[in-house]
Amino acid sequence: MDNNSVLEMRGICKYFPGVRALQQVDFTLREGEIHALMGENGAGKSTLIKVLTGVYHKDAGEVYLKGSDRPVNIRSPQEAQNIGISTVYQEITLCPNLTVAENMYIGRTKGIFTDWKKINADAGKILNDLGIPAIPGQQLGSCSIAVQQMIAIARAVDMNCKVLILDEPTSSLDEQEVSKLFKLMLDLKKKGVGIIFVTHFLEQVYEVCDRITVLRDGMLVGEYIIEELPRVKLVSKMLGKDFDDMADIKSDSDTEKIDYSETPVYEAKQLAGTTGIKPFDFSIHKGEVNGFTGLLGSGRSECVRAIFGADKVTGGEVLIDGKPVRIKKPLDAMKHGISYLPEDRKRDGIVGDLSVRDNIILALQVMKGFFRPFSRAQAEEFADQYIKLLNIKTASSDTPIKSLSGGNQQKVILARWLLSNPVYLILDEPTRGIDIGTKVEIQKLVLKLAAEGKSVTFISSEIDEMIRTCSRLVVLRDGKVVGELKGDELTQNKIMATIAGGES
Amino acid sequence: MSSNTVKNQRSLGNMAKSVIRKQIFIPIAALFLLVLFNLIADPSFFQISYQPNSEGFNVLSGNIISIIDRASELVILAIGMTLVTSASGGQDISVGATIAIAGSVVLRVLCGSNTRPETLQAPIIVAFLVCAVVSMIFGAFNGVLVSWFKIQPMVATLILFTAGRSIAAWINNNELPVISDPKFAYYGNFIPGIPVPTPVFISILCMIAIALALKFTNLRLYCQSVGINPNSSRLNGINPQMIKFISFVILGLCVAVAGFIKVSRLSTINYSVVAKDIEMDAILAVALGGNALGGGKFNMTASIIGAYVIQFLTTTLYKYDVNSEAISAYKAVVVIILVVLSAPIVREKLGEFKKKIIPSKAVSKEAV
Repeated sequence: MDNNSVLEMRGICKYFPGVRALQQVDFTLREGEIHALMGENGAGKSTLIKVLTGVYHKDAGEVYLKGSDRPVNIRSPQEAQNIGISTVYQEITLCPNLTVAENMYIGRTKGIFTDWKKINADAGKILNDLGIPAIPGQQLGSCSIAVQQMIAIARAVDMNCKVLILDEPTSSLDEQEVSKLFKLMLDLKKKGVGIIFVTHFLEQVYEVCDRITVLRDGMLVGEYIIEELPRVKLVSKMLGKDFDDMADIKSDSDTEKIDYSETPVYEAKQLAGTTGIKPFDFSIHKGEVNGFTGLLGSGRSECVRAIFGADKVTGGEVLIDGKPVRIKKPLDAMKHGISYLPEDRKRDGIVGDLSVRDNIILALQVMKGFFRPFSRAQAEEFADQYIKLLNIKTASSDTPIKSLSGGNQQKVILARWLLSNPVYLILDEPTRGIDIGTKVEIQKLVLKLAAEGKSVTFISSEIDEMIRTCSRLVVLRDGKVVGELKGDELTQNKIMATIAGGES
Repeated sequence: MSSNTVKNQRSLGNMAKSVIRKQIFIPIAALFLLVLFNLIADPSFFQISYQPNSEGFNVLSGNIISIIDRASELVILAIGMTLVTSASGGQDISVGATIAIAGSVVLRVLCGSNTRPETLQAPIIVAFLVCAVVSMIFGAFNGVLVSWFKIQPMVATLILFTAGRSIAAWINNNELPVISDPKFAYYGNFIPGIPVPTPVFISILCMIAIALALKFTNLRLYCQSVGINPNSSRLNGINPQMIKFISFVILGLCVAVAGFIKVSRLSTINYSVVAKDIEMDAILAVALGGNALGGGKFNMTASIIGAYVIQFLTTTLYKYDVNSEAISAYKAVVVIILVVLSAPIVREKLGEFKKKIIPSKAVSKEAV
């Protein structure tokens, strides 16, 4: 073991029924470095981390920690924490009904009696040090997702860890919060903590990391020093093939063809909801791709949820093909050919224990009716067709969706809505937390759908992704529509300026 | 070659694992053990005789017949309880009390205000229909509390669990009417000339009904989706509240059928004793079937077999003259064993254990 490495993993193997999740993977983490773990969905990043944190038990291989000659056997997350390996997962794993301080110290108090006063004071100090806008006595659930994420990090940091694992910590943070987090990471790095950083955002990797380890299909591709691996190379290493530039993808769409004088496919006039958005006007034409943009919490999702009838609509008028309709619940929208891929895949999208097949047919089945179930053969056919079409990686269509990787789960939800053959498709953050390969696939799919004459509303936190796919952007600030951009106005600067408001 | 061996080992190991992991494994294994125990202890347990009964016609009798007969009410309740568990993620503990209500309604309709009527005051079918409607209304009451008021199912049904038997007594002014018409007893005993007890046919009818419902409607998909993730179910056009509500109404119908059989068996009921603790047995049947009591995926066949296992156990204990007071203790011991065995963590370990044994065999075969 190298003198300055805090963690070495050698020849790690992990098998799941039918899948070799990890094969002979090596990983080394040095003192005071930020080490990016990169790979496509299903490459084995999460599995490697779960092996390291004792969630999974490795089938072969050895793990060495600084200060011990013999390999350590990590049997549970608790044990991992005790020996200084802390993790902040992609999905928040804290308890929303406990207070912030309780969440930070849960499972760490010794003895029967707990000095809550002291704990609250300690928590307050840490929150203050890290600049996290939360009060120790506040219920965790009342904090925004971003703040909850930072509290999870604060909890991990406070446990004197030698190895800090950040699994997609930035996917729900806005730019300001990300830079705060990076500052925190750099501080910890100076203190000699080794940080494993898992993310899908390439820019972030190049912003903070020192080294990159790339995995592909459960195998190690290599370990690289960041300066020696330009982005294009990294992407091709992850994909295992030369990668055509993502910027090309818009060329196969022809946005000029949209006839704005035609009656819109969908039009809302002064649509109002109960979720804190101001009444707004919105329309979309045949073959158009447009989007809602704005900061996190600006009401992007709330707007599309109102369109789909997912939240209570309190006023306004909706026209479909020029005819007034009432959309009071999701089924109404579905019957009018509107589909909605929700932002929070785990909470609103997947039905975890059900098979991939049932998840795919769900929406179409509900539209067909309670008394008219698809035959097994028919469902099988639908599922196989879309598993092939979208290249979904799953052992079979019988596999429960929850055992798929994030990107593949998202593809299943996409398959569900494509199968229902919508006229108007709303995709809320379809590319969040999934790998670049799938991101590009999804963007291409969106443009292809538009070329086929479907209308798509696309929401993404990544502005360049929006610019690449949308021909018109509705900009929101604090629940209010503050602008609409199209054509030449669709530049990063202009969008930023509109989002920020004021004179630009 | 070597990779081939690895593959074989793993697929065999997986096969063993998947057999053990099959949900239906536990109730079938339990049934098998009970059969085995009785075979060893006293093979005469399985004797079936064909003799005249008190009415003078030949009927089948014996322990096995008695188990299948006595399990009928439980099987019917287990069907409804499985649906409620799947959709609402909780259990209905009021079924015993509502069976008392259902039975009381049947008596009231058939006897009118007379406690010992010479003739029936209404056709039996009318009595059944009224009882079905009343039971479904009580089911709907539970359903509304659970789905619209979002009260935990056990707490919501605690209301009728507490009040049900008093309501049952109140329906008949606290009297115990007895029906003398022998035709009414057909449903809980024998129809003259037919050697198999009628409840067996009724329970088979119910099983067929639920099998058809699961095949020709989306009941399974809807209940499971709502039980697993009500949010995404709603965004896919399902009305989670409605599905939960419906599951309670279906359980109400099951209660009506079970209650009807119960009254018919004795031509009367005792409100405070009838179907006592049957809710626990019904929940146990669902659990024995390996269904998650937290809702979601379910296996109806496994629940039904679970119900038969419970009755098999009860009858076995009676056979060995276990004091009726002590019977629950014995039952509890067996239940602990079964529930622990069916816990996922134990099954996982069992699977691993099996995996360790089987690959070695596979290798030796390969070597030959």
